Formats: sequence, C-alpha cells, structure tokens
Amino acid sequence: MTNVVPLSYYLGISGFLFALGILGVLIRRNPLIIFMSIELMLNGANLAFLAFSSAFHVLTGQIFVFFVMTVAAAEVAVGLALIVVIFRTKHNIDVDVLNSLKG
Amino acid sequence: MNLSLLLFFVLAVVAVLSAIGLLVSRSAIYAALFLVLNFAAVAVYYLVLGAPFIAMAQVTVYAGAIMVLFLFVIMLLGAEKLPPGRALPWQRPLAISLAIVLLVEGVFLLVQRLKITDILPAPSVEVNSVASLVDLGKALFQMYLLPFEITSVLLLVAMVGVIVLAKREKGELGS
Repeated sequence: MTNVVPLSYYLGISGFLFALGILGVLIRRNPLIIFMSIELMLNGANLAFLAFSSAFHVLTGQIFVFFVMTVAAAEVAVGLALIVVIFRTKHNIDVDVLNSLKG
Repeated sequence: MNLSLLLFFVLAVVAVLSAIGLLVSRSAIYAALFLVLNFAAVAVYYLVLGAPFIAMAQVTVYAGAIMVLFLFVIMLLGAEKLPPGRALPWQRPLAISLAIVLLVEGVFLLVQRLKITDILPAPSVEVNSVASLVDLGKALFQMYLLPFEITSVLLLVAMVGVIVLAKREKGELGS
C-alpha cells in the first residue's frame, strides 16, 4: 500500500518551513534565534529529502539526512562557541552591534 | 478524509505554528521551546515517511542535544529578561487533564495491543520495515563509508575548534 499523502504536500510543508527559516534569519537580530532559524531551514530540507526518499523507495535520502544532522550538530557547536566569545568581548549579542569591520 | 491525511494536516498546523512562534517570540527561551515542538512534529513526519531511525535521531540529536546546547548558551549569556514568573490560572488543571488523557491512552494501547499499522496504513513494505534499517546500515558503512569517516573528522575538528574558541587566554580576566 502506498502512502496516501501525496509527495507535493510534503514538499509544500518543507518549503514553507524553509521560507519561515529564511524569514527568521532576515528579521531577527538575536544571533541565537538566527541560528535556530537556520536549524529550521535544515529541518525543512531534511523533510524534503525524506519525502523523496519515501516516494522513490531509495535509501540515499535517509543517508543524506544523517549527514546533514551531523554537519548541523558541528555547526551549532562552533556557532554557539563563537556567540559566547562575542558576548565575552562585546557584552552584547545584538548582530547590529557587530560592526567592527565597517570602514 | 482518511487518517493519514488528517495526521498530516494536524502535524502541518503544529509545525507551521511553532515555526511562526519561533519567529515572533520575544524571548530566546520561548523560541528554543517552540523549535523543540517543531522538531517533534517533523520527527513524526519522518516516522510516517518510513524513516524510524532518522526520526529517533531527530529526537535525540536535534530536540535533545542541540536544543539543550541552545538553552545552555541562552542561560549562560543571561541576556534574556523573562517577565517575572506568573503561572497561568488554567495551567495546572490543563496539565492534570492532559496527563490523565495521556495515561488513559497509554493504558488503552497496552491493553488493546494495537499495532501502529492498525491505525495508520504502512507507507510501503520495503521502506517501512526492519529490513530497511539493515539496508540503511549497509549502505552507510559500505557505499558511503568515506563520507561517514569524513563526518567523524568534521566532528573532531568542530570539537577542537570549540575548545580553542571557548578557552580563556592566560592574561584574560574571568568575567
């Protein structure tokens, strides 16, 4: 028995989550929430991978999601360490304050 | 409307509303909790799509480890000013009634011994089975062995990088 929910529905919700993640990166100024929005975008992409993987009965999508999760974990660890260091030097984590490189 | 479609739309509403809540919440702690809710909803999608291993990894790695890291950093920075804690008036009765509903559901499932395939149609035989997990392991450790090893190096590099970044220099005063 095949999955009764069509593939396009999953792609729709995946694209919507991705778009909301982009919106979060653009409109929020707290770098922690920007990071969470990036996680949201990765989540939407993973959903698309698994929807295709299930629709075409191949396992490659699941393996790719596995690698995406690993990379996301590494990225979050490094990113949060950077945020902690920035907070230690600037005592503020608003991304608008970080303009030291501005000419 | 069958149950699969109903489940899809309920989860879609939960996922989209929690994502919007992440965007509009003032406090980073609320945003992190909304993101946990979103991850949980997407993990149920993964289960329905016949990827139980990925769903469990989503719950443990994303909703578990990564979000704990997020919450830890939010509290470490201490920049979040939550409004003084006042319990919602209907919070306790709601929590008790929901807990009772969950308990009744669990006991009902235990007594009835319903399998999940009785409630939801299995997506497909070859994807949603134990053999798929075996195939996943075989593909991961045979065909994709090199990328797998590269991710291990990536994690090691990230770990070393985080330690170097977070280490205080010798002359630096602790704040």
